Amino acid sequence: MRIALFATCIVDAMYPATAKATVRILERLGHEVVFPSGQACCGQMHVNSGYLKEAVPVIANHVAAFDTADYDVAVAPSGSCVASVKHQHPMVARACGDAALEARATAVGTKTYELSELLVDVLGVTDAGAQLGSYFPHRVTYHPSCHGMRLLRLGDRQSRLLRTVQGIDLAELPEQDQCCGFGGTFSMKNADVSSAMLQDKAANIESTGAELCTGGDASCLMHIGGGLSRQGSSTTTLHLAEILASTMEEPASVIGEVRVSTGKALR
Amino acid sequence: MTTFLGMPALPAFGSGNLFAGESFPTAAHRELGNAQLRANLGHATHTIRDKRQAVVAELPDWEQLRDAGSAIKQAVMARLPELLEEFETNFTARGGVIHWARDAREANEIVAGLVRDTGETEVVKIKSMATQEIGLNEYLEEQGIGAFETDLAELIVQLDHDKPSHILVPAIHKNRTEIRDIFLREMPGADPALTDDPSVLAMAAREHLRRKFLTAKVAVSGANFALADSGTLAVVESEGNGRMCLTLPETLITVMGIEKLLPTWQDLEVFMQLLPRSSTGERMNPYTSLWTGVTEGDGPQNVHLVLLDNGRSAALADEMGRSALHCIRCSACMNVCPVYERTGGHAYGSTYPGPIGAILSPLLTGIEAEENNSLPYASSLCGACYDACPVKINIPDILVHLRSVDVDSKRGKKKVPSQMDVGMKAASWALSSGKRLGLVEKGLPLGRLAAGPDRKITKLPGIAAGWTQSRDIPAPPAQSFRDWWAKEHRNAGGAPGTPGTPEAGPSRTPSPDTKETPQ
Repeated sequence: MRIALFATCIVDAMYPATAKATVRILERLGHEVVFPSGQACCGQMHVNSGYLKEAVPVIANHVAAFDTADYDVAVAPSGSCVASVKHQHPMVARACGDAALEARATAVGTKTYELSELLVDVLGVTDAGAQLGSYFPHRVTYHPSCHGMRLLRLGDRQSRLLRTVQGIDLAELPEQDQCCGFGGTFSMKNADVSSAMLQDKAANIESTGAELCTGGDASCLMHIGGGLSRQGSSTTTLHLAEILASTMEEPASVIGEVRVSTGKALR
Repeated sequence: MTTFLGMPALPAFGSGNLFAGESFPTAAHRELGNAQLRANLGHATHTIRDKRQAVVAELPDWEQLRDAGSAIKQAVMARLPELLEEFETNFTARGGVIHWARDAREANEIVAGLVRDTGETEVVKIKSMATQEIGLNEYLEEQGIGAFETDLAELIVQLDHDKPSHILVPAIHKNRTEIRDIFLREMPGADPALTDDPSVLAMAAREHLRRKFLTAKVAVSGANFALADSGTLAVVESEGNGRMCLTLPETLITVMGIEKLLPTWQDLEVFMQLLPRSSTGERMNPYTSLWTGVTEGDGPQNVHLVLLDNGRSAALADEMGRSALHCIRCSACMNVCPVYERTGGHAYGSTYPGPIGAILSPLLTGIEAEENNSLPYASSLCGACYDACPVKINIPDILVHLRSVDVDSKRGKKKVPSQMDVGMKAASWALSSGKRLGLVEKGLPLGRLAAGPDRKITKLPGIAAGWTQSRDIPAPPAQSFRDWWAKEHRNAGGAPGTPGTPEAGPSRTPSPDTKETPQ
């Protein structure tokens, strides 16, 4: 299968290891990965902040980059950005009265999957250890991000994959369905409330005794990791793509250069 | 010569207790500092939400019920004028009197006039959101009429000269020790030996209220539903105080928002399943009272209904926002909202707090009201409210819509654009082209420099300062994924590319092989 990678702006700029891990997973399954170079961002930050006029060129760019490329399905290691592509792009195009863009955006959205959704529903991965060779001997807790959980209805796809990683010690996160408080510009406009939400999320993560917290959205993980770092916690964050891509021969670098870390080496 | 085509003016916005005196972030900052409030709220919302989840899970057709509720409300909004007329005809035919009020001031004046006509100076009240919205108690007090709340939680809030913090549990922010202190201080004849045992407190309130019920000649109520086909009103409650108010006095005055209509008795069946489970987490509420006009020799002999607009027509005129009027005031959204859980209701500055308040208040008053335009931003858009809403109001989408109305309403009006305006414009430029984003990413090493040897950025300027208030930012990588991909594919003999390679823009179709062209 020919799979187009939508790296998303935050992964592209801040967490390239997550995109590289996504490529490794797909190639390991024998698929060809292409990277439509015109891609930039899904525009969710603009839409969610109410700047629809400014969102239109960002959305139009994404649609143009993906509806002209030659691929079977597109994938992004982010539930939030996929939800934006599927839900917000047609909605904004409709709000602007651009029926042609709406139709193209809908077509692109139909072909776009979140990583765990693609792995489980399309590529038939049921056992990450057996099918991907995933090996990650660490105590991990998992935070399901809101948009993946509620807009994409990912259900337990992500945790199911994690559970089948060899060597993993997966600890249940208390109140896992609670928002981490990121919410894009919400974290700046309502910094106090966002911080209060983050504090509770961080306390729940620490209570599990996990070395790191994983999830499917780089932005939420940046928020959670940034909070843990500020609190001097030794717990860090790592995208689930990197855990799935980690093997015995090629283990994930858990002290990666872009990760928020106090520098304390993991076991 | 001009021809007047008879087009009505745009509907007026609402007034009353819908406005915040300060912005949400300012109020939230203050409320977050109250540790007792946060502990009380956290405990109460968790308890109610767990109860709700358990009773909702019992129903195999919960999702279909939500769909039915949503569909009925949509149908009501689509033909609200004719349903209101049908209701008026039936209500009047059974001996009731209808009054129409455009805003809070008109509604207050109508109620005060009706009370004055009875010659009474005291009224007993059933907990009512509509009368809270118009500030009826305060208005009646100015007119020399005492209004006594009979709902236990409402009584606590009233005795404490406070405002409700929750629409279902108005005293959610108070614990029982605080309540005992309020009773001792404010309740006439309270036993000085009062303990903070909930049943002792309830008995004290009961004794106090009994005196009021037996002497009151006038009652004021709200209504949960109005049935157009029979002219019937319905009140749903837990304590029985409402039933006392609805049956004992001679005069009953109800104030109800025009959106509360249901077409038929049959429709009530859906909502009587949705409401108790969503609000109190009960299969059925203890008291449901329905009354149709006047029955000679039984119950109130003067029955009035004030139909309140107060911005509802304006909300109805907003195609994207109108479904906020579907709200049945169950409060499920606030019980699951992580923002409400931490700030409480007072931070929203309106009778309607929480996620529904964040959309309803600005819809009723207009987004351009400075006091209300921070409300649509009081959400992380996590979507828990939409999942919990028994009538499927898509609160996150309406929040986004109202944010865009707010942003658009300010366009071109400000002499100096805000940092957010400038940032969003710049980001739009950079993020609407892969090539431009690639160029911006070339600056990533600068960020690494700023991060210093511990590889984290701990202080950002301007609006981004809010982020570094409690979070670090990791040092950016030395190389973006885009650059890595380009190099990999160049080394592997892929299509050669340079940073200057033209790319596919939104306005033109690229040749098929440009998709893998590295930049």
